[in-house]
Amino acid sequence: MTEPLIFERSVPGRCACFLPEPGVPQAPLPEGFVRQDLPLPEVSEVEVVRHYVRLSQMNYGVDIGFYPLGSCTMKYNPKVNEVAASLPGFLGTHPYQPAYTVQGNLCLMWRLQEFLKEIGGFAAVSLQPAAGAHGEFTGIQMIRAYHEARGEHHRNLILIPDSAHGTNPASSAMSGYQVVEVRSDARGNVDLEDLQARCGPHVAALMLTNPNTLGLFDEHLLEIAALVHGCGALLYGDGANMNALLGVAKPGHLGFDVFHYNLHKTFSTPHGGGGPGSGPVGCVERLADYLPGPIVIREYSDECPGEGHRHTEECFVYDWKMPERSIGRVKTFYGQFGVLVRAYTYIRMLGARGLRQVAEDAVLNANYLQQKVKQVFRLSHDRRCMHEFVAVGRVEGSDVRALDISKRLIDYGFHPPTNYFPLIVPEALMIEPTETESKETLDAFAEALERIAEEARTQPELLRQAPHRAPVRRLDEVKAARDLILVWEGLTR
Amino acid sequence: MAYSPHTEAQRQEMLRAIGVHSIEDLFADVPPAYRFPRLQLPDPVSEAEILRELQELASWNAHVGEYTCLLGAGAYHHYIPSVVQAIVGRSEFYTAYTPYQPEVSQGTLQAMFEYQTMICALTGMEVANASHYDGGTAVAEAIIMAYNVLKGKRQRVLLSSTLHPEYREVSRTYLRGTGLHLTGDEDLQAGLDALEGAIDRDTLCVVVQTPTFLGEVLDPRRLRRLADTIHTAGALLVVAVDPISLGLFVPPGEVGADIVVGEGQPLGNPLNFGGPYLGFFACRKAEVRRMAGRLVGQTVDAEGRHGFVLTLSTREQHIRREKATSNICSNEALNALAAAVYLAVLGRRGLRQVAEICYHRAHYAASQIGRLRGFECLSTWPFFKEFVVRCPIAVEELNDRLLEHGFIGGFDLSRTHPHLGQAMLLCVTEMVPVSEIDRLAKVLGEVTR
Repeated sequence: MTEPLIFERSVPGRCACFLPEPGVPQAPLPEGFVRQDLPLPEVSEVEVVRHYVRLSQMNYGVDIGFYPLGSCTMKYNPKVNEVAASLPGFLGTHPYQPAYTVQGNLCLMWRLQEFLKEIGGFAAVSLQPAAGAHGEFTGIQMIRAYHEARGEHHRNLILIPDSAHGTNPASSAMSGYQVVEVRSDARGNVDLEDLQARCGPHVAALMLTNPNTLGLFDEHLLEIAALVHGCGALLYGDGANMNALLGVAKPGHLGFDVFHYNLHKTFSTPHGGGGPGSGPVGCVERLADYLPGPIVIREYSDECPGEGHRHTEECFVYDWKMPERSIGRVKTFYGQFGVLVRAYTYIRMLGARGLRQVAEDAVLNANYLQQKVKQVFRLSHDRRCMHEFVAVGRVEGSDVRALDISKRLIDYGFHPPTNYFPLIVPEALMIEPTETESKETLDAFAEALERIAEEARTQPELLRQAPHRAPVRRLDEVKAARDLILVWEGLTR
Repeated sequence: MAYSPHTEAQRQEMLRAIGVHSIEDLFADVPPAYRFPRLQLPDPVSEAEILRELQELASWNAHVGEYTCLLGAGAYHHYIPSVVQAIVGRSEFYTAYTPYQPEVSQGTLQAMFEYQTMICALTGMEVANASHYDGGTAVAEAIIMAYNVLKGKRQRVLLSSTLHPEYREVSRTYLRGTGLHLTGDEDLQAGLDALEGAIDRDTLCVVVQTPTFLGEVLDPRRLRRLADTIHTAGALLVVAVDPISLGLFVPPGEVGADIVVGEGQPLGNPLNFGGPYLGFFACRKAEVRRMAGRLVGQTVDAEGRHGFVLTLSTREQHIRREKATSNICSNEALNALAAAVYLAVLGRRGLRQVAEICYHRAHYAASQIGRLRGFECLSTWPFFKEFVVRCPIAVEELNDRLLEHGFIGGFDLSRTHPHLGQAMLLCVTEMVPVSEIDRLAKVLGEVTR
């Protein structure tokens, strides 16, 4: 199943749009300013619709089936979130409107800041960062500002465990830091001895994902925090795996100083085929002044926002404020507002009990599935996991690889797990079921893996040539990188 | 509850299969002193209740559905054809993630490939990536890319004073810690001549914006001369541009730009109080390995059919870690899809038409307002859809009065450009009917009488 490019459907003179007349006297167009050609497609409306609907049918999403992509928390995205985010009163507000004309937006953002503070155990939150990696970058810049304000300009190292996401070292390097890798021990924890050896006066921070990318809660977390703080450094928390901690533990209580939340993972806003995400940052009191801004503040008032809407006993007005020693803006305007509305809706509908239920069921599902998968594939670390676990994609008596197993899963109707990550596990299959999957789905997935393992022994070619039932067969990624066709070739012809 | 499909009986059955007695047993690794803290959150509500709550919050806002919007300054109210929401609202698109498994992600991948092609068509560049967070971060990433293209040998970045104030701010936040020196925008009245004169052997790139933050369209011939000077000095030219203006004006790719970036929101994305938006990013093919962000490339499958994959991943953080071109991971794929569908719907003729309507109506509005007593239009021909008006009273006060008459007034320049006095940046798009322009002129006259 292939679909021609929209450009290939173009016929000169066609148009899918209905536009008004200018309706005013024409202003002259300056000579030499006007472009000669605009090589965009010319298609009718029905062609545009059919083209993109057909493309959508070549995609796999959470709404189609199980999507156990480790570390990405592909949980179901409630439909009410989409309704909420498309209310015209939200969608149609301009970021530069005066605060008194957008009190609804500001109130929602203020409440979300409060919710995230409470859930994470932090003193302050900024909603500005646009994604997880953006939150990391923000946190590292805050750490820099903090040390510099104390005259500690010499701290130029960031410690990062070898199991970390690639964004951690990349965010550190982008901020001008040198990255020092810390080993993991045999149980998948940070190797305490190695950490101790590396802690010192030049360390600015340790970036830690907990639970880590092996799906494990570090058994020495409190000792790690003590070691890091002991050398005058700060502890950064990568909240990619926060789903396991909702109502279970507050990162701010566990010793983390700065922390980013991934609203698109934990708080169930859809991933959009790669984005938008949203990566608010929370921090302890001593770092609050460095947060990027502006952030929303609330003040008592005689007048309630929205005249005729006096439903609450107390009245507040909401406004913007730049934290005193802010690192500045990390993006244009305030944050991913549309994503914030969805996260707010989710938190309001679940409440404290519901959020804890999320974490409990996410961990229950991961352990249940781990127990079943373990009968077929070796685990990278055979111990109780949190929200995800890592299996080794090898089958005794066969030379198929994790990639082949993944592609064969597609034929069974599942999205493959994350492959070849974390880097410290060869042939890694990183599996995160999330809390929204039923026991029946987990059973079916485990059964498919069992059958695939059997196929690996009896008909390995079946795996090596998989998928067989996807819209296309296995794609040649080497050719793509070698030939490098990044735009439709007809454009430059 | 919690969108969980489990019954209590199933939970017990699963716990038994795991070999533990209770859910709590699964959390034994969490330090007991901090385990299961109380969360003080409002009581949960039903779907009907949350929608009522949100509708009330939304009703506290003034929005473009009820007011005529004259605000621009980097976020624009353009018409979004119905097709766009029909497509981006398909959950096959919005509930997928980054297309790491291309065989089941051809929809997203092909749409991104088409988006990359459309951005190249618009900007006149050779390659474009699959998006950044927004216009501001795209500018910052362009500077980082320029630094890497010149192998880190130069330290000075010249920013035009008419680059969006927030783009300048975001760039400064991004580049703190790198040792780069961002300058050129200290004097807000400095023009392109001053910027050109400041280029030296340590300059790695010059960043300009057209139309400028104040709406002025830079003469392509002037930009070409600037590009020549920059290239002679061994530096790069980065141009930030309003994509709608490219329906009408000469694209930066034709005047020698090395990197073209911008805010892609006007392409089919609603105002949404500032986000999520998308930053578009395009460059020359020779430098593509220095570019950040995801790239989709065309290839073939095992049966020789055309297909698409993420490519050149060796630039990216998940492979390259601290040596990556950027830390970006999640991007703005769904917004880029909206932009692609928007451009497909408008096409060659439609985008030109939208740009022309903006151009003509903005000039008409400027002339109507400029002749009012006490008002003076400071923008000179040609501008695109925004122009500067000096007002007889404080802009904040004027905007309060405009709101009473159903207008969301213009951007108050006294905050960012005090040397202009009581000045307002007004934006007129195809969403402002001619009758509203006439009413605006009438209201402005009345409220300042």
